[in-house]
Amino acid sequence: MLVRVRDLSVSFRLGREQTAAAVRGVSFDIPRDRAVALVGESGSGKSVSALSIVRLLPGNAIVAPQSSIEYDGRNLLREPVERLRALRGRDFSMVFQEPMSSLNPVFTIGDQIAEVLQRHLRLTRRQALARAAELLDEVGIPEPRARLGAYPHELSGGQQQRVMIAIAIACQPKLLIADEPTTALDVTVQRQILDLLTRLRQSYAMSLLFISHDLALVGEIADEVVVMREGEVRESGPVDRIFTVPQDAYTKALLACRPRLDARPRRLPVIEDFMRGGPTASAPREARPAGGPPLIEAAGLRKAYRLKTGLFARKTIDAVRDVSFRLARGCTLGVVGESGSGKTTLAMLLMRLVDAGGGSVRFGGKDLLALSEREMMAFRRRIQLIFQNPYASLNPRFTVGRILTEPMKIHGIGKDEDERFERAIALLGRVGMPAESIYKYPHEFSGGQRQRIAIARCLTLQPDILICDEAVSALDVSVQATVLNLLLDLQEEFHLTYIFISHDLAVVKYMADEILVMNQGEVVEAGDAEAIYAAPAHPYTKNLLSAIPRGYAARAQAR
Amino acid sequence: MSAVLEPNAGAPAVARSPGVWDAAWLRLKDDPVGMGALAVVLAFLTLILASVLGFAAADWEREKGVPYAYPFFAGDRENVEAQAMQGIAIGKDRRPIDISDVDPLAPKYREWAERAAKLSLIDPPRLATLPAGGDRWGRDVLAKAIKGTQISVLVGVFAALVATLIGTLLGAFSGYFGRRLGDLLEWVYNVFTAVPTILLIFAFAAVFGRGIGTVILILGLTGWTGTYRLVRAEYIKHASREYVRAAHAIGASHASRIFVHILPNVSHVVLVQLSLLVVAFIKAEVILSFLGLGVPIEMVSWGTMLGEAQNELITGKWWQLAAATAFMAMFVTAFSLLTDALRDALDPRLR
Repeated sequence: MLVRVRDLSVSFRLGREQTAAAVRGVSFDIPRDRAVALVGESGSGKSVSALSIVRLLPGNAIVAPQSSIEYDGRNLLREPVERLRALRGRDFSMVFQEPMSSLNPVFTIGDQIAEVLQRHLRLTRRQALARAAELLDEVGIPEPRARLGAYPHELSGGQQQRVMIAIAIACQPKLLIADEPTTALDVTVQRQILDLLTRLRQSYAMSLLFISHDLALVGEIADEVVVMREGEVRESGPVDRIFTVPQDAYTKALLACRPRLDARPRRLPVIEDFMRGGPTASAPREARPAGGPPLIEAAGLRKAYRLKTGLFARKTIDAVRDVSFRLARGCTLGVVGESGSGKTTLAMLLMRLVDAGGGSVRFGGKDLLALSEREMMAFRRRIQLIFQNPYASLNPRFTVGRILTEPMKIHGIGKDEDERFERAIALLGRVGMPAESIYKYPHEFSGGQRQRIAIARCLTLQPDILICDEAVSALDVSVQATVLNLLLDLQEEFHLTYIFISHDLAVVKYMADEILVMNQGEVVEAGDAEAIYAAPAHPYTKNLLSAIPRGYAARAQAR
Repeated sequence: MSAVLEPNAGAPAVARSPGVWDAAWLRLKDDPVGMGALAVVLAFLTLILASVLGFAAADWEREKGVPYAYPFFAGDRENVEAQAMQGIAIGKDRRPIDISDVDPLAPKYREWAERAAKLSLIDPPRLATLPAGGDRWGRDVLAKAIKGTQISVLVGVFAALVATLIGTLLGAFSGYFGRRLGDLLEWVYNVFTAVPTILLIFAFAAVFGRGIGTVILILGLTGWTGTYRLVRAEYIKHASREYVRAAHAIGASHASRIFVHILPNVSHVVLVQLSLLVVAFIKAEVILSFLGLGVPIEMVSWGTMLGEAQNELITGKWWQLAAATAFMAMFVTAFSLLTDALRDALDPRLR
């Protein structure tokens, strides 16, 4: 056993007397030369547990006295700081979630790799730089020698993460802790980083502690899995057992609540179903007929941004190029693509939140792009948008009541304030929120609850079309399932038309009847969702689909 | 219209939610430092009100004590200045050298002496000590400080309000709209900051003439630039935030987005600037008064008191300085703490 964590309890001081428990009596082992995954949703204590090993917890953390983390015959929680400092970077190393913020922007990447080598292995600068070039080659960065002098901003997100990994493996550590290393990356890049981590773990014979919220990802990389929830270990064991015969209800729920590529139930199972032991399966969703007159029709939409590259030099970047689609009432159009593909710009164009460079959007017999701001008001009511980040899209200074009544006031819905409040309360009930929420401020709610409030705000205007721009991407998987279920219920009840934008191919597959696959502002493939997922025609689509983590099942099949 | 929602008749009757200000007041009540600061500021405001209405320090111009009267607690010391003044009074009785032969006014002396005999000069009894000491003319320093509070706080607060109003409005427009309007306002800002402040103050003073109103206007018109810069930066940041886009999506107008949606979210910047400006302007008024561009000569402010204290201090007369400084320090500290507490109270996230 490399590291033995026993009865770890960590709490955080919040005020003078308040404390909040983050981890409660967690025990797990990290064997030598194995990959252990800590899985859990936000607030499950997985990162805190991992950071405790290297004692990188913030200053207000309190580790309970009975906790122990045994490494090399010593309890790391009792070791002096100097000794830990010698271990960090040499025996233990870390890769964080955001490569953009974990590299220092003012030093070259060569400097940053050499620093660890000079510090821990006492190499000279020349030796360290030579070794750094080898490491860059090993993590798959082309032209490593030339890249030594590059600054972090000159690299893409995936390359930055590779550099972070190079720094982490520089001293051939015994344990590599990777805290959500691929969450900020696109799905195709995620695939490459996962492959790299697996290959390096094997060739260096090191242990890997992989922290993730994504069970599918974990199923591909881990040997042992520890499932955590609310600071406690729910279940732990070898990966095949966790995935094939999960014992704990929560593990079962986590495995089931992600939309799958091969099935499309009417309703996604949620955590409560499993905890209560209720029915979890539901009938498959009936496919919607693709025909019918189009409700909204976009043709040749384009938007270019002009960037200043010099005193007079300008560069134009096409954010959206020649995008066309038609969508019938009651259907869902899925828009998939990686970051920078122009998905969000498309949503902004449809809402006229940015000015289009060309094209037309026909809706209700009018071209929306040709309307004046005044004429547009009537149409604003009919197209609404749910934003990605529920933490940012609600005004923090407004109470929920004000957030919900404001749109009604603007559009003259409801005859007085009392009636508007009544409607707001009714809508809150419809999206599954208690009536008391109306007094509260957005910060008093969790991410999923905030997204429900955002949905309720859109519904106050009784729209025809709802654009969901990454509406569930920032949410935990179990919350994702409940919000997706809500969206489907609302679609049936109010006969809504959705434009569902996401980078998450599984979610789009679940929601959409038709899809647009976008790459660098262009639509590379469009058509019926089932057909495209079954037989992608464009190489980009194929690449995208093959990069989706398929969990343990795919790995078992490959064996 | 596809989404039809009947207002639920059976909805639970829920009382109207507490407003932003009510909630802020409830939070402020829980903050002991904020409440202490509020009490001090309110005490100052009462003092100012009393002095405006003539209940306090109405007779600040009366020369109650001997020149440079000592404070009560140091009253047993020798007052050289007062003795010197009395010495001059004694010396009045001595006859000067007789020069009536050459003095063209000599015939008039008798007439004048007769006329003077009809009047009687009553020199009121002067006190040897005063509560907080006296100034050069024997005026009560405490009364001066109270009267000075009225002018200084008035100038500081109103000038800060003017400056904050200008800075916030221009900053909001510049940051929110950007483009041409932003460029134009940036240009105005650059011109204002490029000219040395003191020169700008002289220029405004020359145009407007003297008076309290002028001091307020001068400070307000020259002091808005810092607020403008900060508010503009905040508006640039917030204008692209999702909640503002969401407001656009539901059809909120530009004015509503600027003042209803964004302003409460940048109000902490404005409030902090306001409190800093009040402090800065109270000090600026000192400088202006010192340069003779400040409050008129027949008024008293902490600034004029500090100006007088400069000469007195050399001869060891420290109480005017102490009184003005104590008043100023107390008000400025309480005011800063109050705005800080207000900022926290207005921010629902900090709970």
